[in-house]
Amino acid sequence: MSAKQLLVVDDSTSMRQMVAFALTSGGYQVSEAEDGQAALEIARTRSFDAVVTDVNMPRMDGISLIRELRQLPAYRFTPLLMLTTESGTDKKMEGKAAGATGWLVKPFDPEQLVATVRKVLA
Amino acid sequence: MDVSRFHAAFFEESREGLDAMEGGLLSLESGGAGADPETINVIFRAAHSIKGGAATFGFTAVTDLTHVLETLLDEVRGGRRVLDRDTIGVLLSSVDVLRGLLAVCEHGGEIDAGALGAARAALDALLAGGKAAAPQPAPAKDAADADAGDWRIAFVPGPQLFLTGNDPLRILRELASHGEMGVECVDGRLPPFSEMDPFEAYLAWNLTLPGSVPRAAIDEAFAWVADECEIDVASVPAASAPEPAPEPAGGPAAAPAPATAAAPVGEIPVPAARRSTDHDNSIRVAVAKVDALINLVGELVITQAMLRQRSEHLDPVANEALLAGLVQLERNTRDLQESVMGVRMLPVDFAFSRFPRMVRDLATRLEKKVVLRTHGEATELDKGVIEKIVDPLVHLVRNAIDHGLESPAERRAAGKDETGTLTLSAAHQGANILIEISDDGRGLDRERILRKAAERGIAVPENPTDAQVWDLVFAPGFSTRDEATDLSGRGVGMDVVKKNITALGGQVEIRSRAGEGTTVAIRLPLTMAIVDGMSVAVGGEVFIVPLGMVVESLLPAPGDVRTIAGEARVLRVRDDYIPLIDLATQYGLPPSARGEDAPPPIAVVVEADGRRLALEVDELLGQQQVVVKNLEANYKRIAGISGATILGDGRVALIVDAGGLAQSAPMPVAA
Repeated sequence: MSAKQLLVVDDSTSMRQMVAFALTSGGYQVSEAEDGQAALEIARTRSFDAVVTDVNMPRMDGISLIRELRQLPAYRFTPLLMLTTESGTDKKMEGKAAGATGWLVKPFDPEQLVATVRKVLA
Repeated sequence: MDVSRFHAAFFEESREGLDAMEGGLLSLESGGAGADPETINVIFRAAHSIKGGAATFGFTAVTDLTHVLETLLDEVRGGRRVLDRDTIGVLLSSVDVLRGLLAVCEHGGEIDAGALGAARAALDALLAGGKAAAPQPAPAKDAADADAGDWRIAFVPGPQLFLTGNDPLRILRELASHGEMGVECVDGRLPPFSEMDPFEAYLAWNLTLPGSVPRAAIDEAFAWVADECEIDVASVPAASAPEPAPEPAGGPAAAPAPATAAAPVGEIPVPAARRSTDHDNSIRVAVAKVDALINLVGELVITQAMLRQRSEHLDPVANEALLAGLVQLERNTRDLQESVMGVRMLPVDFAFSRFPRMVRDLATRLEKKVVLRTHGEATELDKGVIEKIVDPLVHLVRNAIDHGLESPAERRAAGKDETGTLTLSAAHQGANILIEISDDGRGLDRERILRKAAERGIAVPENPTDAQVWDLVFAPGFSTRDEATDLSGRGVGMDVVKKNITALGGQVEIRSRAGEGTTVAIRLPLTMAIVDGMSVAVGGEVFIVPLGMVVESLLPAPGDVRTIAGEARVLRVRDDYIPLIDLATQYGLPPSARGEDAPPPIAVVVEADGRRLALEVDELLGQQQVVVKNLEANYKRIAGISGATILGDGRVALIVDAGGLAQSAPMPVAA
């Protein structure tokens, strides 16, 4: 079986590369996008098994991205995870309302990230 | 998993973030951006990203401070706090402290605990004082009531569960991983097949787990779906007979796992070409790589010149196709060279961007009111030139605020606006870039400059024009130290400014009008990697004299050359005597067979560092663009030589450092 395809979205290059590196090490095929708009454009051209997105981003934030992705037939049931620094519940609930599957709270360690992704893709 | 390899990217991006914060705060303060909500968003986002990265990479001190900063910014963003001048001041100092913290994280060293404490205290004071006290997050209730008996869990998924990408099976699987789980499916909600919506969740479950499983683990398994599902977790005495699990409300239930329904239903492909074309795509490349590329192109230019030279004697008719190809090659090479040079070009904003903050701080300290305007920030300039122009610009800006602009009281008295204007502008002019620093202050004082020049024994032309008087400011030793404040008088004078600019192949001049202000204009070549040169023959070798320094070349008549004090030779150029330097002797080449006082075949008059001198050469060969190769990097520094280049025929030619020669030449003698 070929490796699952993931899309990682973060405007911070270091975070994005770190997340991508962790997931690649976890055996996934990872594509990257630097904001919601770019991610949406990529997601329209091909499908991913899961999307991991930052929340606060220029152009299109993670929550809008999730809302848009859920409108796409191919992403109706796809796990969409948000990476958030907010420990409060507001953002999480906003994300849930937009269709997010779940969230990871920054800081997380790379193993934890891989374990969570593995869980939703099981 | 080692993530330290991402540190460099994090530091770089954090520095950019801090710059963005600083710029944004300053523009909010000056009201330039008005109530543009995007500015505060940009500032917030930068703080937020730094916090997230720092937390992930384990830079706790940075995380803690950005957290407080972010809380404050969030209040501003939400309209719960007004961003007044004091608040901006505190935020700016925090940015400085963060910069320091990041530098310590990156390069090691001691954290400046005093500054950190002060910044933290100031932020805390703001947060405590503001109406919007940070909402105290309710301490997470850690239900530690988990020692009693087994867990009984009634789990009724919300009907829309699948539509967020969640799957009850995943949750069950996760729970089962903690211990042996009893599972009872409740399918009371399942409608007749004909009415079933394949996207809806109908099934529910009653679960049992051993009491040894921590409550937190159960909560975590449901964390993402708790809001949309009915979940009832209860602890029952282990020994007791299995009671019926709490009946799921409505006894309803679940659905076919819609794994099949997740198949793409009709994806509309979008041409890949549409992807992010509107975005400012950029990549980060090490400067060394770009320089290597520039070097290679330099080699190509040389090879191309060599081919052209070799082809010159070919029969144009017999070799028509080859010659046409060579012309094409020349054009392509030139285009390639221009494009590659363009890669090293950066907007002059890299130098300008530091000034808003500096001007603000200086003005505050000197109790002056100053507004800074910048024009042409996008004008591009070679990276090397930009880096070297910063110090002179800093000096000039300091001077303008310290000496040029008056205090608010003086300005009022002079009938001017209390707030002085300082303008930084950049624009292209041919192969040069023109950078101007203007103030609308008191202007230079002609009499005082002349008096000072006399005091310091600086030679002053007779009946000097204004331009000549202003030029005295650049004379070595003119430093106005006796009256300089600690801001602008720090060691370097205007002579150093001029020297730095000249070293870049540039020129500087002052325009000033009493009561109206002063403008310092700096003209710089766009790049230092290529110069227009005049090639000259000396003692059988070829040398390049930078064309920008050449004033004229002339054929001296007999009697124009004099030897003074037995050693130094001077050349009469019209009514002036200027030092005459024999390049052959200077560079240790076989001396010419001519007599001491015989006129050189040709003298090239150059001007550098405000002095003129004549260079004795055998022959003028022509003009050409040459690619400058650094001699120091490849060999060592040689007095009188600023670099080397490779000629079309493959020979190395040295580039004459006219500035260096002018400094070591004997002073011109007043005839």
